[in-house]
Amino acid sequence: MITEKLNLKLNGSALLLALSLGSSGTAFAQDDTIKVGVLHSLSGTMAISETTLKDTMLMLIDEQNKKGGLLGKKLEAVVVDPASDWPLFAEKARELVEIEGVAATFGCWTSVSRKSVLPVFEELNSPLFYPVQYEGEESSKNVFYTGAAPNQQAIPAVDYLMDEIGAERWILAGTDYVYPRTTNKILEAYLMGKGVSADDIMINYTPFGHSDWQSIVSEIKKFGSAGKKTAVVSTVNGDANVPFYKELANQGVSAEDIPVIAFSVGEEELSGFDTEPLVGHLAAWNYFMSVVDETNDEFIEAWQAFIGSEDRVTNDPMEAHYIGFNMWVKAVEKAGTIDADAVEQAIIGVSVPNLSGGYSTMMPNHHITKPVLIGEIQDDGQFDIVWETSGLVAGDAWSDFLPDSASLISDWRAPMACGNFDVSKGTCSGQNL
Amino acid sequence: MLSVIFTWKTKNLCLRRCSSTLLFIGLFYISTVPVLAQTLTEASVSPLQSLAENLTSKKKDIRIQAIDELAASGDERVGVWLNALLEGQLYKRKSDGVIVIAKKSGKLYALTDADTNVPLEEVKKRALSKISINNAIRTKLRGLLSILSLKNPDPEKREAAITQLVGKVGIDAMPSIRDMYETETDARVKQQLRLLISVHDLDNGDSQQQADALAYADGNMNQSLINALRTLSLQAEDDSTRALASELVEKAEVKLKWYARVETVFFGISLGSVLVVAAIGLAITFGVMGVINMAHGELIMLGAYTTYFIQRLFPNTIEYSLFMAIPAAFLVSGFVGILIERGVIKHLYGRPLETLLATFGISLMLQQLVRTFVSSQNVAVINPSWMSGSWVVNPALSLTLNRLIIIGFCLLVFALLLLLFNRSGFGLQMRAVAQNREMARAMGIRSSRVDALTFGLGSGIAGIAGVALSQLGNVGPNLGQNYIIDSFMVVVFGGVGNLWGTLVAGMTLGIANKVVEPWFGAVIAKVLILVFIIIFIQHRPRGLFPQRGRAAEG
Repeated sequence: MITEKLNLKLNGSALLLALSLGSSGTAFAQDDTIKVGVLHSLSGTMAISETTLKDTMLMLIDEQNKKGGLLGKKLEAVVVDPASDWPLFAEKARELVEIEGVAATFGCWTSVSRKSVLPVFEELNSPLFYPVQYEGEESSKNVFYTGAAPNQQAIPAVDYLMDEIGAERWILAGTDYVYPRTTNKILEAYLMGKGVSADDIMINYTPFGHSDWQSIVSEIKKFGSAGKKTAVVSTVNGDANVPFYKELANQGVSAEDIPVIAFSVGEEELSGFDTEPLVGHLAAWNYFMSVVDETNDEFIEAWQAFIGSEDRVTNDPMEAHYIGFNMWVKAVEKAGTIDADAVEQAIIGVSVPNLSGGYSTMMPNHHITKPVLIGEIQDDGQFDIVWETSGLVAGDAWSDFLPDSASLISDWRAPMACGNFDVSKGTCSGQNL
Repeated sequence: MLSVIFTWKTKNLCLRRCSSTLLFIGLFYISTVPVLAQTLTEASVSPLQSLAENLTSKKKDIRIQAIDELAASGDERVGVWLNALLEGQLYKRKSDGVIVIAKKSGKLYALTDADTNVPLEEVKKRALSKISINNAIRTKLRGLLSILSLKNPDPEKREAAITQLVGKVGIDAMPSIRDMYETETDARVKQQLRLLISVHDLDNGDSQQQADALAYADGNMNQSLINALRTLSLQAEDDSTRALASELVEKAEVKLKWYARVETVFFGISLGSVLVVAAIGLAITFGVMGVINMAHGELIMLGAYTTYFIQRLFPNTIEYSLFMAIPAAFLVSGFVGILIERGVIKHLYGRPLETLLATFGISLMLQQLVRTFVSSQNVAVINPSWMSGSWVVNPALSLTLNRLIIIGFCLLVFALLLLLFNRSGFGLQMRAVAQNREMARAMGIRSSRVDALTFGLGSGIAGIAGVALSQLGNVGPNLGQNYIIDSFMVVVFGGVGNLWGTLVAGMTLGIANKVVEPWFGAVIAKVLILVFIIIFIQHRPRGLFPQRGRAAEG
């Protein structure tokens, strides 16, 4: 609790620092360039995840320029640092669109940062590509969700545990904020719908950066010793994962007894772990670095060459940016202009190669189609893919398993253009949430 | 020829519903077929090499099948191979497709011939491809290996093997297990066999066997046994058995509850010791010197990073790295602490607000330095093997080793500090300067030197704390922030200027937190603890152990 307060304070001061440094990305507006905004935290607590995405964007833009740019013009990246500070995200977004005049912005990681910039992009009518898995229950004319919606990650993961591992008891463990809470609500409804009794579901929330997992792991152990196969679905975020897995290993809970499937642990996070205690635990994503595919090999090679290190890994949100950027490029070429409305209409239905050997398509609800992969953590920090969906899964903005959103659909194609059309009433409420 | 067929009920897959025989593993003739193995000349291909292609197949089913075939081959080296596979040491050499056992040594991999156990030349990782395994294969391997080690001459191995098999052995295998029980000489192995037999008999035994098993189950807290009892209490045919079974379940549950309480107290003490370790350096700089040092957390972080660098510098001595890291971290953090004191704090004595702001600035600078020059990512600090795992007291209570060691470490550091404070000349000088600077100077104590050393000591202790905390959680630029507030809380709650207060406060908060946590969850538990401290400080602003006498008024 109190640590978070301190975080805020620290972010506040980081803000001052960032404000003084933030103008470094500014450049003179030139007619022969198209500007692309990159809105990722380069300092503060989220820098750990977001810096990589900034570099990914720089690489993608660089490559596009080598191919001759876009509409005969050079692309120019405008990088700003919102410093893991949510209100600053909104300010920086405004700066990107109003002052820099970017054609599109790629950015944000946490849901709260996305919620913070959403009104800005809607007001200024400029597209944002959001590359991280999120809780759904949102649809905006200007936001394109290239990360996974719950039905593209959480639901297939539960299906896998249920059908392949035979799990009957469920522990939904998460960090206490909006993404885990909403995801767990959806999962709980989904499990109940599958006939799992309430006694067989345990839900547990922990604060950000929780480091003392003794009691919770002990509870998990007890919950899992009732004779039924038990699995943990973890939406535990960021830093809290290492102590969690360490405690599991120390208390003798192995992946074979009680597997943990995580939605926030990827290659990048694993590179900072001592992976020994994690081996055999699972993660669900739409992409793993270990995917065997030519496009993927090329991407990894290009990335490691760009960043100048063979140790650097690739991960799911990077793939999402790869897909999102290529979709945007294709849509601009299709529309022949960078005008936001034209591009937003043109991009629907655009298909580009993803990194797992198929094509991803932008759906009318601004989500994309992706395969879902389940991987087991190996001791070298990579994933061994043990299962994948037979086809592509289209992202669903409004979960079918929550009573409030089951009847909502989102379709941004021209005459309808509504993010939350209520099928049962035949009305568009015209509001988010 | 002794040949035992094990029927795995593989509960994981189909639970009790299907008792159908899923796997037959006829393995036991291994010990009786060395004749066969010897007749194979060296020129002939070993089963491992002949299965090489299937073992490295991309398809999991083919790999699993290959493992079954390997196990069924009856070769005497099967145990070694399966073990190497489980440990992830089985590789295929790309140049000739031969399967070798490889262990990492420095940057290269040391190879041994899997067939002959003869060392081969070292190669780079690129020359090898690993035979990867997943959970399904791992479970399979453990099962196969347990069956193999049932005949192991080492009683500990036998015991471990039997523990693996509890609840998983089918009725066909029971006669030979019962024979084994009769002939077994080691008491602990015998005990484990009895458990295995009882779990089986509660479910499938005849009435005499069931009665024996019930007698054995009385007072036992093994979870498989309790689960079997629970099933029996619902499904047994006669009423008296059902009643007896449910009575035994209740009895075991009462016992379990009691051990759960012991466990909670242990968790509390362990959390408390982490708080004390993190706070004790601050108890010196803030408590004794009165400096509000917001960079305390970053001094802890530096200690943790020192551990990381020590492990990087000496990759072959991970087991002892902590012993090197402790003095190194003390020196690094202590040195940085003295620099901070000499460079900044010295000029700000008596101005707490400015000190707070200045040290806060320093903390941000230290964080960003690490981000810039090391990495914004967390770094991996490895746990030595003696810090992993747990000490199993009984089936209901096991204490994790890393926590036990940190509790011990915390008490040791505390005792040493106490000795230093109360029994050494330097300690006397520190206390003198803290209590009355003018008088101490008049007595000939160089107060500014004492200030620097005291601050260095507090900082060095923070560095040591970093070594301990690197074993529990993340090591990254934000590590310090996670502990700074908790540290201040402990010191203020305990009473400023009192080492005993820090110890008692840390332990109290730790235990209180863990007692509350199971009821309200981790988030609310933390809130409740904060509320408690706020109310407490309102009534006793000087904490649990206020300083008395003239110094307190100063």
